[in-house]
Order: sequence, then C-alpha cells, then structure tokens
Amino acid sequence: MQLSLEPRGRQSLLWTVVSPVLALALTVVASGVIFALLGREPGTALYTFLVAPLLSPTGLPELAVKAAPLVLIGVGLALGFRANVWNIGAEGQYVMGAICGGGLGLAFPDAPALLLFPAMIVLGAIGGASLAAIPAYLRTRFNASEILTSLMLTYVMQLLLIYLVTGPWRDPEGYGFPQTALFSEAATVPVLIEDTRVHLGVAVALAAALVAWLVLSRTVFGFAIRVLGQAPRAARFAGFSEPRLIWGTLLLSGALAGLAGLFEAAGPIGQLLPKISPGYGFTAIIVAFLGRLHPVGVVVAGLILALSYLGGEAAQIDLALPSAVTGIFQGVLLFFLLACDVLILYRLRVVRRRVEAARTL
Amino acid sequence: MNFHLTSFVLSVIATSTPLLLAATGELITEKSGVLNLGLEGLMLIGAIAGFAAAYHSGSALVGVLVGGAAGAALACVFAVLTLNFLSNQVATGLALAIFGTGLSALAGSSYVGIAVTPLPALDVPGLTDLPVIGPILFGQNALVYFSFLALGAVAWFLTRSRGGLIVRAVGDSHDAAHALGYSVVGIRYLATMFGGLMSGLAGAYLSLAYSPSWAENMTAGRGWIALALVVFSTWRPLWLLVGAYLFGSIMYLSFYIQGLGLAVPSQAVASLPYLATIAVLVLISRDRVRVRLNAPACLGQPFHEAG
Repeated sequence: MQLSLEPRGRQSLLWTVVSPVLALALTVVASGVIFALLGREPGTALYTFLVAPLLSPTGLPELAVKAAPLVLIGVGLALGFRANVWNIGAEGQYVMGAICGGGLGLAFPDAPALLLFPAMIVLGAIGGASLAAIPAYLRTRFNASEILTSLMLTYVMQLLLIYLVTGPWRDPEGYGFPQTALFSEAATVPVLIEDTRVHLGVAVALAAALVAWLVLSRTVFGFAIRVLGQAPRAARFAGFSEPRLIWGTLLLSGALAGLAGLFEAAGPIGQLLPKISPGYGFTAIIVAFLGRLHPVGVVVAGLILALSYLGGEAAQIDLALPSAVTGIFQGVLLFFLLACDVLILYRLRVVRRRVEAARTL
Repeated sequence: MNFHLTSFVLSVIATSTPLLLAATGELITEKSGVLNLGLEGLMLIGAIAGFAAAYHSGSALVGVLVGGAAGAALACVFAVLTLNFLSNQVATGLALAIFGTGLSALAGSSYVGIAVTPLPALDVPGLTDLPVIGPILFGQNALVYFSFLALGAVAWFLTRSRGGLIVRAVGDSHDAAHALGYSVVGIRYLATMFGGLMSGLAGAYLSLAYSPSWAENMTAGRGWIALALVVFSTWRPLWLLVGAYLFGSIMYLSFYIQGLGLAVPSQAVASLPYLATIAVLVLISRDRVRVRLNAPACLGQPFHEAG
C-alpha cells in the first residue's frame, strides 16, 4: 500500500482555503516541538509566543503597526507573483523609500506639515519604485533574472543606508551613534488612534489592499496579470504585453515597499538607523503566499505574521530565546504551506501495489 | 599596504573557494532540472553546523564533514517539498533561504565570539617554502584542493560519463527520461542533495577556514552570488571556474581597496561584488538564444508521472 498523487484536473477551491489553515496548525505543532527541543515547556512557550502578545493592553494596536508594512509590501508582491514576476528585493525598495522620503524630512524639518509630509510620502513611493525599475529594465531589456538583480540591489541599499547614517546624515548631536537626527513633528507620520502607535500607514495598508483587490478583479491590467500567470501563451495570443506587465507589477510593488519603509522610519522608528527593518521585505513574501496572492488574504496573513514578530519579542523577554525564533516560525510556515498546496491541484489516493497486474502476466 | 603577489593570489583563492564549491553543487542540481534558490540558507546551516561540530569535537575536519552533511540534510527537505509535494521551486527555495537564515541564527546564538582551531593548511617540507608558488600550490587547506577536484569530477561526470548523460536527460526532458525507465525523482533527489552537500561545505569553509568564527548572516549574499555564477557559466563547468575566480577577485579587491583608506566611502567599494553580479548577469542574459540553448530545458518545472 502506498500513497500517490492524482491530478484533479482543476484547482480545488476548498483546498485553496483549507491549505493555509492546515499549514498554520502544523506550524504551531512543529513550533511546539522546536520549543521542547530548546528545553522550554511547549505549552507555556506557545502561549507566550502566540497568545500572550495579543492579550496585553497594547497587543492589538501593536499587531496592526507590525502588520502595516507586511500588508503594504505583501499586496504588491502578490500582484507580481501572480504574473510570475519575482520581486525578491522588496527589502531594498523599503530601505530606498525610507532614505528618499526620510531624507526630505531631515532636510526640511521646519517646513509646514501639510506640505512636507505628503511630499515625503510621494518621494518614498518614488524611491521604492525607482529602485524596482532597475530589475524591470534589466529583465525586459536584457532578459536578466529579476530575482537575482532585485536581491543584489538589497545589499547595495543596505550599504547605502549605513553610509548615510554613519557619514553625511549622522546626527552631530548623536554622541557618535550611527543614526540621523529624529524626524521633526512635521515630518512624523500622524498617529490615528490616541495613546497607541497606530499610524497613518495602517490605514494606507488597508486602502492599498482594497485598491489592489479592485485592480485585480475589475480592471484589464488585473485580468492581464492573472492570465499571464496562469497561461503565458494565452496572454501572448490575447496581445497582453509582457514587458508592460513586468514594469507595472515591479513599479507598483516597489512603490508600496517604499511607502512601507517611509511609514516605518518616519513613524514607529522616528529616525534613520543602520537597521530599519526586521526583514519585512522577505517576510512579505510569505505573507503574499499565505494570503493566497489575494489582497484580502494578504491582510489576514499580514496579521498572522505580525504576530510572529510580537511573539519573537515576547520569547526573547520571557523565555530568553533569541528573536531568530521568528524566522524559524516563518520559514516552517512557508514550508508547510507549500507542501499543503499540493492538494489544490492533486488529490491523495491510497493505492495498493500493483501485484495483481503482475500476476496476470 | 604593499601589493604583494603571493598574498594577493592566496586571498583571491580564499574568497573564491566558497563560491566555487556552492556553484559546483548547484550546477549539478540545475542540470537535473531542479532550481534551488536556497543556497544562502544551505550555506549558513553548513557554516553553523560545521562550526559547532568543530568546536565540540576539537577537529576542523569533523566540522567540515558535519557542515556538508547538514547542507545535504536541509536540501533533502527542499527535495521532499519540490519533488514529492510538487511545490513551486522558486517559492520553496526562498523558504529555504529564510528558514536557513533563522535556524542558523538560533542555533548559532551561543557560538558568537568563540574561536576554533581553523582548518589546517597543507605543509610539505621544502615545497611549501618555495617562493611565490610554494604557498599557493602546496600551502592550501583540504577544501581548496577539494573544490578543484570536485569541479573537475563534475565536468568529467557531466560530459564523459553515462551517469552524467542520465542527469542531463532528466534535466532536459523529464518525460522522455521517465519513459526510458529512469527514476526522475530519484535522480533529482541525489542531484539536489549533492548541491546541498557542496553548499554546506562552502558554508563550513567560511566558518572554519575563511574567518574561523560564527557570525549571524556571515555568508553576506555569497549563496545568491553562487546562483548568479551558474547563469554566468551558462551551465558549463569550465566557465564556472572562471566565474568563481572572477567574483572572488572582485570580492577581494573590494576588501583591499577599503583597506587602502581612499577618499571613497568604504560602503561604495563594499557594494562592488553585488553590482558586478548584476552587470555580469546582464551581459550573459542579454544573449537569449545562448541562455536558452544551454539552460536545462526542464529547469524549475515540477514532474508528475501522470503529466
């Protein structure tokens, strides 16, 4: 007796929804095992990692704050992934957005907020998009893999940020620390709910998901993305321009990643530092997949992975575990998700070994 | 800082070896039709596993073996997902990179700042002391010699052996290879695990020979550069050697120039290897026909018996 996979012939809608839930459940079990291996009591550790962060008074607002950059980036990536455009360099575009928008805020700290802050937002988006334009150009013009080019640019951006905060942009009154001055009142992201850190970026993330949903389901551009991803040949026959879609999805995801970077730097962080992201650009890849590459799903997935960051911080404080636990949880989750996704296109069958056939010969 | 030919060549060999090891493994993996993007994670796991094993056993050689084995074991996870569960290879490779980074950081948190005895270098009395060529030819550690040996063996295997023909057949047309009775999944398993082994060795080289210590994310993108190298070589072993040493030289030059104390910001120089990777990728990829002729035709495609 053995298990075999039998093609369904079409996508199973049921498993598209069940698969992430099953993957999450398996990840929680696996995390328990990992906690046990690290010598912690699994029940307590899981509670600390996944439940306790939500129960604290600041829990839900903090969850929204952590989810905002993930959703913003994840929505853009989801559109690209659907069209088989693999922007892996969102982390770099995020940094670029923070540098461009944040740089403006640092240069004109005394400008009126009504003028300065919108300009920062626009510049952040342009910064992210312009960095994403490089892989788009290299892919459409020279056929170079956007996976590798966008990723290499992430390393370059990280170095640029370090150069800026240790060199020309370093705060002269910062006691030599590698950091810029704090953003002025006018250059800081407005907080939406008093006494929390929930800022404008949270609302923008939700709006971006909504708009992306409309684009994907109601516009020709969205239709072209779906066709290109599912049937590239059909897309060509339909006359959809592949280069235009590559440009479109990369610029869009770059702009959203840039926005995320700006909101984070000019919001919760409040200045530019050598490290302004705990890997949001990479985690957003998992968010996009867990969210079924669907904008609404991305919002849900963004909240779940935001919890893994809060849990990582809690594990660090209460369980004395390194915050790398977050990365493991995220990686395991994506592994299980990809494994469970096989059931969308295939069904599991128990087959008896073909002894009967052999006997009749 | 004086320019010194022998030390220059020695340093270039040191920066090139991990690239050559990882890229040689990935070449076999890709030739069998599997695109494993997770080299960065595999290298990190190899680095920390090798370091920990060397620290506890007191033997760097044990560390190297454990590092390679750890890489192969993690590549096995990738193989299960992509070959048995038919998952998207690009997405699974990314998952592997993320997971490997996290796991190595967690496992390595208690090893930061510890020193181990590095991998010993060959010392042949008389020969190693020869001027210029002595230390270059007879003064390297085992992994350096192994990297050349492995590349030569892989080149011979792919072009001159029956096994290599089968691997290429599986990578170029898995349906035809399956129809001929070859186990597509089995061969891809072996090829993927060989890739993992070599990446693990590359990681162990970094933590046991290049800079005998452990630091989070110590690979600094070398796994991704090794991936680009395979494209650069257009899947030909000899060009892989050229590419690995070209990139090794660029990496070393960027360290060297940073040490000169020029007016150029050191970060600008440090970004050279990454920019060079992009430049080279563009130069090679622009010739679409050549890439398509040389790339394994089934690269990245899942295989299922029923089609």
